[in-house]
Amino acid sequence: MDTVIEMRGITKAFPGILANDNITLDLRRGEIHALLGENGAGKSTLMSILFGLYQPDKGEIYKNGELVRIQGPNDATRLGIGMVHQHFKLVHNFTVLENIVLGVESTRNGFLKMDDARTRVVNLSEQYGLSINPDALISDITVGMQQRVEILKMLYRDNEILIFDEPTAVLTPQEIDELMNIMKGLVAEGKSILFITHKLAEIKRSADRCTVLRKGRYIGTVEVADTEVEELSEMMVGRKVNLKVEKPFVELGKVVLDVKGLTVASKTGGKPMVNNVSFQVRAGEILCIAGIDGNGQSELVYALTGIGACDEGIIVLDGTDISHYSIRRRSNEGMAHIPEDRHRHGLVLDYNLAYNLVLQSYHTSRFQNHGFLRFNEIYNYADDLIERFDIRSGQGNRTQTRSMSGGNQQKAIVAREIDRNPKLLVAVQPTRGLDVGAIEYIHKQLVKEREVGAAVLLVSLELDEVMNVSDRIIVIYEGEIVADVKPDEVSLQELGLYMSGSKRSVQVASEGEEVEVS
Amino acid sequence: MKIKRILSSSGGMNALSSLFAIILGLLAGFIILLVSNPSQAVAGFVTILTGGFSDMFNIGQVLYYSMPIIMTGLSVGFAGKTGLFNIGASGQFTFGMYAAVLAAVKCSFLPNPLRCAAAIIAGMLAGAIWGLIPGMLKALRNVHEVIACIMMNYIGMYLVNHLIRVTGIFDQLRNTTVRVPSGANMPSLGLNNFFSTKTAQGSIRPSSLGSGILIAIAACILLYIVLEKTKLGYELKSCGFNREAARYAGINENRGIMLSMAIAGGLSGLGGALVVLAGAGRGISVVDVLAGEGFQGIPVALLGLYNPIGILFSGILIAHLTQGGFLLQRLAFAPEIIDIIVAVIIYFSALALLFKNILSYIFRDKNESPQIEDDDEELEDDEASEADETNSLGSVEKEGELVLVESSLSENKTKDNNNETGGEPGDS
Repeated sequence: MDTVIEMRGITKAFPGILANDNITLDLRRGEIHALLGENGAGKSTLMSILFGLYQPDKGEIYKNGELVRIQGPNDATRLGIGMVHQHFKLVHNFTVLENIVLGVESTRNGFLKMDDARTRVVNLSEQYGLSINPDALISDITVGMQQRVEILKMLYRDNEILIFDEPTAVLTPQEIDELMNIMKGLVAEGKSILFITHKLAEIKRSADRCTVLRKGRYIGTVEVADTEVEELSEMMVGRKVNLKVEKPFVELGKVVLDVKGLTVASKTGGKPMVNNVSFQVRAGEILCIAGIDGNGQSELVYALTGIGACDEGIIVLDGTDISHYSIRRRSNEGMAHIPEDRHRHGLVLDYNLAYNLVLQSYHTSRFQNHGFLRFNEIYNYADDLIERFDIRSGQGNRTQTRSMSGGNQQKAIVAREIDRNPKLLVAVQPTRGLDVGAIEYIHKQLVKEREVGAAVLLVSLELDEVMNVSDRIIVIYEGEIVADVKPDEVSLQELGLYMSGSKRSVQVASEGEEVEVS
Repeated sequence: MKIKRILSSSGGMNALSSLFAIILGLLAGFIILLVSNPSQAVAGFVTILTGGFSDMFNIGQVLYYSMPIIMTGLSVGFAGKTGLFNIGASGQFTFGMYAAVLAAVKCSFLPNPLRCAAAIIAGMLAGAIWGLIPGMLKALRNVHEVIACIMMNYIGMYLVNHLIRVTGIFDQLRNTTVRVPSGANMPSLGLNNFFSTKTAQGSIRPSSLGSGILIAIAACILLYIVLEKTKLGYELKSCGFNREAARYAGINENRGIMLSMAIAGGLSGLGGALVVLAGAGRGISVVDVLAGEGFQGIPVALLGLYNPIGILFSGILIAHLTQGGFLLQRLAFAPEIIDIIVAVIIYFSALALLFKNILSYIFRDKNESPQIEDDDEELEDDEASEADETNSLGSVEKEGELVLVESSLSENKTKDNNNETGGEPGDS
């Protein structure tokens, strides 16, 4: 097999960090080549260099054996390199067809020649088995369809080297299967694919070879068929990782959180964002709310924690009706919240670490005296948390939180929330954007909370996390609970069907009582 | 090496950026002097720089002029720390002046010291009310505070002009308010005679300085303590830095907004009261012009980088330039030129924040890299994953340097001290 792209000795430094250190990568024609690494390993930087978004400090790129300089995405397109970004770059109120031709429209006398474009798009979609409706609006089609549009965009531009940046992050299991098939079809037609990921199972399923990066360094390239998943993860992390979460048996306690008929109206009118949702979480239980992003999880959590409105229904925390309590009172009643967006809600990035660690408790008499902050207490407490939760930062308790890494910021939030000994811990995507080591750590902390008898409500989009960590799973679809299952009684595929709304096992009766029907 | 470390600390950087802004502003002022009157330019420039402290009288005048703009600067700066732009200092200042004069004139039943105190409190309250209204509109009705504040400026000015006539404190001859009875004025504590100069005839020419400046300084220190040492300051600052996070932490941000605006208004109002009670014979001119002190508070606050102690010094600096400009008249410069120069310097001072960013780029330390990464994020903001990736890369490197950083922790402490008193823009 001949090599289409060769990147030799790529070095790229950002001020203070070496993002890529002498990295070598070769991509053969007709292969799926996975690029594996933790967050911060330098995968995206390397691909951005290939796509022309960054210029390397050192190193060369060869296309079909010829040295090329890629100064920008336009150069990349000319060389036949295309990229599907993790967050799609589509115009939502344009049709599929308009999005595909956007930027390369063919015109006659200044008028668009959409008919030619349509023929080509339809032909391409048939050739590669990417069925789409060219006249549908992007805002009306599913995420999986949107991804197809992105792929068609690359094909329409005659790209032969296709870069996928974490393409499965937003997909359901069924859509992932389809994507894998599409990718195999593409390489069968002679395209070459570079595929950024940190999910080992996907590599095992689809890729031919895999290049591993760690902390900006090149670790090695392996034939996927000859390599075990454990080996890959060790290459990626640099140590043995326990991929399975250890969960000792815990006797379920009393009901800590009892939600009855919770409804959150839509701001724009129409179907409520959260529609008559009822569930219970017991002490010693991790209940996971699974679902595709945007199905009402955020609104549900906002209503529970008091950040957002709760239009109907009752929220009972440990026997107290807290439906109308303020955020502060809910927190005092024993509710802790690891928020979805740690920068928006979880931290005051311009405060130092110690200030952030007391963000929920600065008002207690421990940390203030007649309105004056007790700095000794605050900084000693911060040191204590930093040591116990292994929060790493440049300047200890006085580090500007903004300068800390995402993983350590998240550890700080977890430390702060857990150390308040909550009755209920609401954790929303607590491992989003974190690397394997940090994920392992945070999962352990959640399990520990369950052991000390707290109730944990985990909202997650990651199916692996859902299956591994939870004791019970409820699936939310368009604001309604469509399934209430145990992780060992359900398959990933089944869960995917619930999440996409094509199956439901729970119907909400008029009184808000749950009734099993299947 | 040590100097560089201090400079690259955030406090040092703040002071340095303000200093840069001032120097550039002065250079621009010099060019204007050159253009308008080349032969006198150097002498004029020296006058601007040194006139303010050429003798005790001038120092006294500088401090006197600094008093109101320190107060409005504090007002703008305090609101700024809470994430609000109080452009309504002018209206609050005017209302404070009015209420102080009214109370001083009408409360004749009180003994003198109490009368003065009543006037000061009246000024503060009036300003606080004038600040609270936009605060309430913002908190309860989500009206942008800038719009509301601008409207309140005009309402305040016209209303005060009207009220002066209605409440019978109008001096028709001078077209201002009547003089505050001397007993109701604040005591000068001998400051006017200490900061004075002997005229050619041998008589003493006292400056206008009184005890008001002490109140202004006390206000700076008090606000510093409130912002840095108290629970209230912690809450207000978190509202300012990240309103969503403050809400998440159970802080009542609406209460914070109203309180912050009321305090900011009270500070401006107090500034107004200090001016009319200074005993320098100043009243409220009944003209359709917004009080300039309110707007001068904005550059004062910016130049002081919103730090109360910084604002104290930047207020004195701007007053110093104003006094220098006043003395410039002796050198046959048109008074407008003086205004332009002062305005140019103020204009450049507003760029202090820009210089801060440039400086932090120049003096960036390896372990301060994430700041630079944010720039990357802007370039590539649509690629969250990428930015995330580079961000955590920063940490990887940092962990390597952890030991190194910790060993210099003791120096970091001095850095932090510097940080706390930071933002002092070179007190000339």
